[in-house]
Amino acid sequence: MSVLLVAVGAAVGAPTRLLAGHLLDRATHWGTLLVNLLGSALLGWLVGHGVDGRPLALLGTGFCGALTTYSAVAVQSVNAGGLRGPGYAAGTVLGCLAMAAAGYDLG
Amino acid sequence: MTAARLPVALVAASAGGLLGALGRYGLTEMMPVGTGFPWAVFWINVVGSAVLAALPALAAVRRTPWVGVFLGTGVLGGFTTMSAASEQTVALLDRGEELTALGYAGGTLLAALAAVWLVALAIPRDLRLAAEADEVDE
Repeated sequence: MSVLLVAVGAAVGAPTRLLAGHLLDRATHWGTLLVNLLGSALLGWLVGHGVDGRPLALLGTGFCGALTTYSAVAVQSVNAGGLRGPGYAAGTVLGCLAMAAAGYDLG
Repeated sequence: MTAARLPVALVAASAGGLLGALGRYGLTEMMPVGTGFPWAVFWINVVGSAVLAALPALAAVRRTPWVGVFLGTGVLGGFTTMSAASEQTVALLDRGEELTALGYAGGTLLAALAAVWLVALAIPRDLRLAAEADEVDE
């Protein structure tokens, strides 16, 4: 059952990330950054509020997991090069950490 | 390089994301995080980043836009995850394991960037940038 819920959540999360990137990514990947921040905040909130089992499989592992991405950030960062690339990657990681902590602490 | 139409791209991302997330779920079930270092998501993010960097080397990805969306945005985007990496770091901080948290967050970032950088050395920059560009038609 959890497998199915992970699949359903991801089937929605991944195209939502594509849409955000399509609409907002420019020289700076604002769309990718936005979904990473929002997904991290939501997962932090879910875990901080003791959500587990099937709801966590659907919304956390499935939706938030597929809405956010590490691989695109790493590739965008290396392709950007210079100081801008590593700055974008480190900024994403720190920003997402702050968002997850904010969601988590609200519990 | 031509671009995929938006509806096609959304379906490709959805199908690929589903498969990638199931792969991630399977691995995290096999390697439960417990209270230690979250190795499963660490390797998922590092290896997934390296594979995404290698995609432009595939002729099928360069030839057929929806294949790139399916494998890149879909499978590898759904496989790797920023939200779990962030949440697991916060959980480590919450347990007072600051050093492990720092090692996990910093280690994932450095290892993923190093892996992508190494792969990127083997792929011409114009191919990499073309693959990163929006593959979706207006």
